Amino acid sequence: MQQIISFLLKNKNFLLYLFLLALSLIFTIQSHSYHRSKFVNSANFLSGGVYGTISNIQDYFKLKAENKILTEENARLREKLLEQTAYTSQETYPSTQSNEFAFLPAKVLKNSYSKTDNIITVKIGEKDSIHQDMGVITSKGIVGVIDITSNDYSTIISILNSTFQTSAKLKKSNHFGTLKWNGKDPHLVQVSDIQEQAPVAIGDTIETSGRSVIFPEGISIGTVEEKILDASNNFYTLSVRLINDMTDLGHVYIIKNRDLKEIEQLENTTAYE
Amino acid sequence: MNKKILIPVIQFVFLMLAQIIVFSAINLFGYINPYPYILFLLLFPFITSRSLLLVVAFVTGLIMDVFGDSGGIHAAACLTLAYLRPFALRIAFGVSYEYNAIRISNTSLYERFVYITILVGIHHFILFSLEVFNISSILYVFQKTLITSIFTILICVLFTIIFGNQKK
Repeated sequence: MQQIISFLLKNKNFLLYLFLLALSLIFTIQSHSYHRSKFVNSANFLSGGVYGTISNIQDYFKLKAENKILTEENARLREKLLEQTAYTSQETYPSTQSNEFAFLPAKVLKNSYSKTDNIITVKIGEKDSIHQDMGVITSKGIVGVIDITSNDYSTIISILNSTFQTSAKLKKSNHFGTLKWNGKDPHLVQVSDIQEQAPVAIGDTIETSGRSVIFPEGISIGTVEEKILDASNNFYTLSVRLINDMTDLGHVYIIKNRDLKEIEQLENTTAYE
Repeated sequence: MNKKILIPVIQFVFLMLAQIIVFSAINLFGYINPYPYILFLLLFPFITSRSLLLVVAFVTGLIMDVFGDSGGIHAAACLTLAYLRPFALRIAFGVSYEYNAIRISNTSLYERFVYITILVGIHHFILFSLEVFNISSILYVFQKTLITSIFTILICVLFTIIFGNQKK
């Protein structure tokens, strides 16, 4: 017994080191799984507050650029509105889809893009009924998925994160693939498992497929920059240049799926019967 | 006595704010962010017991992780840095040095450079290995470690030169 105690005392620094190291490794491993650590994240009062103050100051310098983005979006929406009125005069426009999703605006407090697992912090939280697994987009394209929420803040798993994955398709045909990021260039993402028969050309547009309940169909992702056939000659892996500049995010929209509960309920009952 | 506590506290607040507001947002060439906040651990009073240093390093790293949403990578890297600090001191400033006698502002530039380089290298290698977390990207880890270390070391040495002389 005495020997054990003297051993512990002699090596107390090393043991303390091992203990704390184990703790930090647990946090690290947690952070590499899809739903991350509940303790170490920036959706809290302290870091949210600090980032809020910083971004308040930075906003003044970005006002001009932000205005430009808003005007562009206005123009685009106006165009769409015109299109739609043209449609309705000819035939009834299918309106079931447009009511399914609601969009909530949020301000980006912190954005990172230089790491392998990038996280974005936004100022919107449970108070505005934001929950895990809601999609996030900008006026230009896809951004990520809500991860952890606190009362006033939320973190987003960016598409520039090794754990992020969603389904994507070609705009001109219905060939599906899986969107992932290889952790290198923040302007390029990879879409794998596109059927070899798919008519892919350089410059084609890639958009969300609408297969998941998180993103509605037709949100643009990027344009094809390079296509590589895999070893078995069956599938393409596409290198896609993002339309959305992930290194420059000001405001984002959180997508709320109004039918989510209904869909989940349906899926659960189907699975158990 | 008060001054002895006050100086590390001021250093801590200044370096952490500088890190979070400025250095973590540089993104030079798209992926280089220097981490000069570890200067706080490098300069932390040399007379402190090792256990206290370990705890301080762990907490410092964890705060960085909270702000950077990075799990525990900074905590692990800072902890290892703190654990190996006495060895680095011995290598850089010679076997015969006494903890009490050393002052970073009294050391030669070369010794200071060696000391900072050893610990920054260790810290950054652990940091990026855990961040990338993929053995097949080991070359990318080495590349990132090397390039980021150069910037961190430069900034750290500059800081010790600028702020070191006023303390006399």
